[in-house]
Amino acid sequence: MVNYIWVLITVIGIIFALFNGTIGDVNKAVFDGAKEAVTICIGLISVLVFWLGMMRIAEESGLLEKLSRLFRPLVKLLFPEVPVNHPAMGYILSNMISNMFGLGNAATPLGIKAMEELKKLNGEKNSASRSMVTFLAINTASITIIPTTVIAIRMNYHSVSPTEIVVPTIITTLLSAIGAVLIDRYFYYRRRRKG
Amino acid sequence: MEFLSYISLTFIPLLIGFILLYGTYKRVPTYESFVEGGKEGIKIAVSIIPFLVGMLVAISVFRASGALDALMNLLRPLMKSIGVPEEIAPLIFIRPISGTAALGMTSDLIANYGPDTFIGRLASVLQGSTDTTFYVLTVYFGAVGIKKMGDALKVGLLADVVGIIISIVVVIFFFGTN
Repeated sequence: MVNYIWVLITVIGIIFALFNGTIGDVNKAVFDGAKEAVTICIGLISVLVFWLGMMRIAEESGLLEKLSRLFRPLVKLLFPEVPVNHPAMGYILSNMISNMFGLGNAATPLGIKAMEELKKLNGEKNSASRSMVTFLAINTASITIIPTTVIAIRMNYHSVSPTEIVVPTIITTLLSAIGAVLIDRYFYYRRRRKG
Repeated sequence: MEFLSYISLTFIPLLIGFILLYGTYKRVPTYESFVEGGKEGIKIAVSIIPFLVGMLVAISVFRASGALDALMNLLRPLMKSIGVPEEIAPLIFIRPISGTAALGMTSDLIANYGPDTFIGRLASVLQGSTDTTFYVLTVYFGAVGIKKMGDALKVGLLADVVGIIISIVVVIFFFGTN
């Protein structure tokens, strides 16, 4: 499906530009988009190297395992296919916790590690497993406890109460994460019925 | 609340200190492990490049052509009819597609309408409680070479729709529509 979406977005953009007289902008956008992507990845190197280095220590010292033992019931419920002692559990949990504290920088490397472990569990296949889809759904719903960036913007524009949105954000994020898991489950059972 | 933001500031340094001390206590060769783990980071970052280039070029072409604006204009009346202020409609569409664009739009909305208005608050909650689905999908699946995404995109986008509806309801519940 991603192939079709990718082609569709690009081709619609090009055709639209021809009629809209924005072909010059599109020409520039091709190279700007590519450049932005590389800039993001280069920026990610520092973060990935640092956090994956830290996490290796946490893994070898047994910290990650301790963490997953603490939250085992919850994660078992969300990821029934992942064995409780599997390293994937530790990474999934650390990723979720980093996201909650708005540490997007630390969350991405952990999420990638979690995906790697989930892929191993799935027999190194190229297709997404049930747990991978669940993990992504939770990630896109992005459970947040302190939306630091938003608070900073609100302060900048002299909000009377920059943090008043914290509680509504927590409630929204929790409800939408539950919603995401339910949607994920719905699609999973539909897939299974189809065989 | 001050306490909460203090926690989030001190969290990372404390976590780093704790990991290092605990590793030393467990006799892990800390520096060597760090370097070994870090090497993996370089490989991952480089392997994501093609995935992200492909996705971001498509999205920037779509945006630069004006097609995204046209789509948003088309959907504006629909959004308005279900109680979403017209001004916030573009943010809803851009949020799953582009993180930087969404952040720019949120600051713009807050600057123009004020942080303590319905629009300002809704933009804040929306920005804080959702994520850039396309980016998450590209980076996570790209890094481990997943080619068949299954239902992931559908599930992610539907979850976004649910998140948006919930944020509107929650903001109205907490602050009303002023």
